[in-house]
Amino acid sequence: MSDRLAVRKTYKLYVGGKFPRSESGRSYLVQDSNVALASRKDVRDAVVAARAAVKGWSGATAYNRGQILYRIAEMLEGRRDQFIGLGEAPADVDAAIDRWVWYAGWSDKIAQVYGNANPVAGPYFNLSAPEPTGVVGVVAPPDSPLLGLVSVVAPAIVTGNTVVVLASEGQPLPAVTLAEVLATSDLPGGVVNILTGRVEETGPWLAAHMDVNAIDLTGALEAELARSLEEAAADNLKRVVRPSATPIDWHADPGLGRLTAFLETKTVWHPKGV
Amino acid sequence: MFEYAPAPESRSIVDIKPSYGLFVNGEWVDGENRNKTVNPATEEVLAEVAWATEAEVDSAVGAARTAYEKVWSRTSGRERAKYLYRIARIIQERSRELAVLESIDNGKPIRESRDVDVPLVAAHFFYYAGWADKLGYAGFGPSPRPVGVAGQVIPWNFPLLMLAWKIAPALACGNTVVLKPAETTPLTALLFAEICQEADLPPGVVNIVTGAGDTGHALVSHPGVDKVAFTGSTDVGRAIARAVAGTRKKLTLELGGKAANIVFDDAPIDQAVEGIVNGIFFNQGHVCCAGSRLLVQESVYDEVLASLKRRMALLRVGDPLDKNTDIGAINSAAQLDRIRTLSEIGASEGATQWSPPCSLPDRGFWFAPTIFTGVTQAHRIAREEIFGPVLSVLTFRTPAEAVEKANNTPYGLSAGVWTDKGSRILWMADRLRAGVVWANTFNKFDPTAPFGGYKESGYGREGGRHGLEAYLDV
Repeated sequence: MSDRLAVRKTYKLYVGGKFPRSESGRSYLVQDSNVALASRKDVRDAVVAARAAVKGWSGATAYNRGQILYRIAEMLEGRRDQFIGLGEAPADVDAAIDRWVWYAGWSDKIAQVYGNANPVAGPYFNLSAPEPTGVVGVVAPPDSPLLGLVSVVAPAIVTGNTVVVLASEGQPLPAVTLAEVLATSDLPGGVVNILTGRVEETGPWLAAHMDVNAIDLTGALEAELARSLEEAAADNLKRVVRPSATPIDWHADPGLGRLTAFLETKTVWHPKGV
Repeated sequence: MFEYAPAPESRSIVDIKPSYGLFVNGEWVDGENRNKTVNPATEEVLAEVAWATEAEVDSAVGAARTAYEKVWSRTSGRERAKYLYRIARIIQERSRELAVLESIDNGKPIRESRDVDVPLVAAHFFYYAGWADKLGYAGFGPSPRPVGVAGQVIPWNFPLLMLAWKIAPALACGNTVVLKPAETTPLTALLFAEICQEADLPPGVVNIVTGAGDTGHALVSHPGVDKVAFTGSTDVGRAIARAVAGTRKKLTLELGGKAANIVFDDAPIDQAVEGIVNGIFFNQGHVCCAGSRLLVQESVYDEVLASLKRRMALLRVGDPLDKNTDIGAINSAAQLDRIRTLSEIGASEGATQWSPPCSLPDRGFWFAPTIFTGVTQAHRIAREEIFGPVLSVLTFRTPAEAVEKANNTPYGLSAGVWTDKGSRILWMADRLRAGVVWANTFNKFDPTAPFGGYKESGYGREGGRHGLEAYLDV
């Protein structure tokens, strides 16, 4: 039809709200596109960005975080066709949009559902409330590059955590395109950092990083990789979500497990008296 | 200090046998390896206990598995509740015996075992008993399932209380347990086994295997264990986290701490000093959530220190069974060594050591209450858990600096805040990265209040509704 030469997109990393190439200068070929091949240094840069974003994001009001997650759903809806063009099933794209909406609503409800007033046997006001764990490393599901990705990222960040995500190695394009959605949704830079490349190369650095507080191994489907990452995570006692024992139906009700896995419960004791 | 007449609690209520076996499948079995447990206040040998071998741990896990599949998982919540209530009642009825035995084996003052540990043990069983038939209302779905067989390893600082924290929620949720008490404090767990028999608890629901690190390792790495719960040091916790990597075992860890106890210039100083003393000298400082770093606002530093030293001079160190005793014996020679070593390091790194004049008994393991002043954040005594009656004192000027210093640790178990200003308490509580924050109080515990750490103090919560999660398949 046209004799116009198309402008191709460069698929880069998403770190600290910016789109850098891998510092290593490497890339790998996916669906005729060169995709950045992240390195150990990229992992470290992403962790620094994620840590820097913790204070602002966890300190934002729950109402504000909920609005931003809802905004992500709005932006994703607007790019629906683009994801279908990347090969995503329409039902998966729709479910991914709806998942952002679902988690958006949890921002100001999880503390009410997961926190408690404790009737201690003494004159104390005693309250337990959830707080974000901090920086969460995420090995995203390799086989569900958009819906699976959204399903692991949204529950981690809605409560105030920040994440470093290792995107699906074989199908990274939806992750990079999702980064463009995130970058235009008022999500502060550094809350979500997305690295493309080889999980076997970057995963061990992320799992062993001493400034990462938790790791989600949902996408580490190879048993020996998952075991070695969990073992490395023990160095600073990261909270670990193991890969599911059975294949995950990403269209099913997600439940609260992925929210509560990255929450710490703080109990405050305060005397009552006049 | 004026003299008190001795007021010793009689130990005649306790009948310590010369030798104990393992409690497996509701029966006592002789262990292959045997070791001695001593009274740390006198170094007197109290009894011989078994140190369970791998094969013996295996048979205990087997008994727990059979009891889980054939009996306990088929016992209704209502019936499980009644067993737990029954156990709670027997603990109350035999509370004097338990308290005296705990003080003899552990070295803690009878005033504490009698007034804190044992009442909390009974309260814990009462609290979780009530959950057993209400699990569908706990927020984990309509009919949450138990995990299976729990392998539980507990420390020596609160032997019976840690047993209660582990066993009560596990049984309430429908799991069976194999519990390993610490090698220096096995006796109250063995008495608890008798209580299980007295309560007619079905055989195999609770199994007690005594022993040291090898026994614990055999237990947590046993493939028949579905759930591992550990309270103890961060190093051992790390090793356990590595050992369960790649398995489907559920894991909760309650590890070390280096809590900041923060005193602002508007705090009621006398109350704060009581809180500081309670925070670090309660249970000889053998407390994972001890307030071992005192952060004092500069403007009241002199006043707080003078008052603290005055108060410390009144602390009575000595016979754990004497009802006047404030500070008992250090639990073991090994722990005493560690406390001495770290204290020597504190002095050699440039901090100033002070203890009140204090005569210590000739036999047994003792360490005088001690404070270090002039401590910086880089000093090892400000970074490492000493687990003894040793307080490191630092100062701060602004609330932001207090938060910064309090959080400057890999641990995150607890923190204390002393101020008259309510809004400041809440501001501080929001920013302290710790699982428990005590405002104008310290070292308070309750079965309804979740307890557990941030960061390298471990994960999971014990106590409260949250404490159920560790023992449910959710």
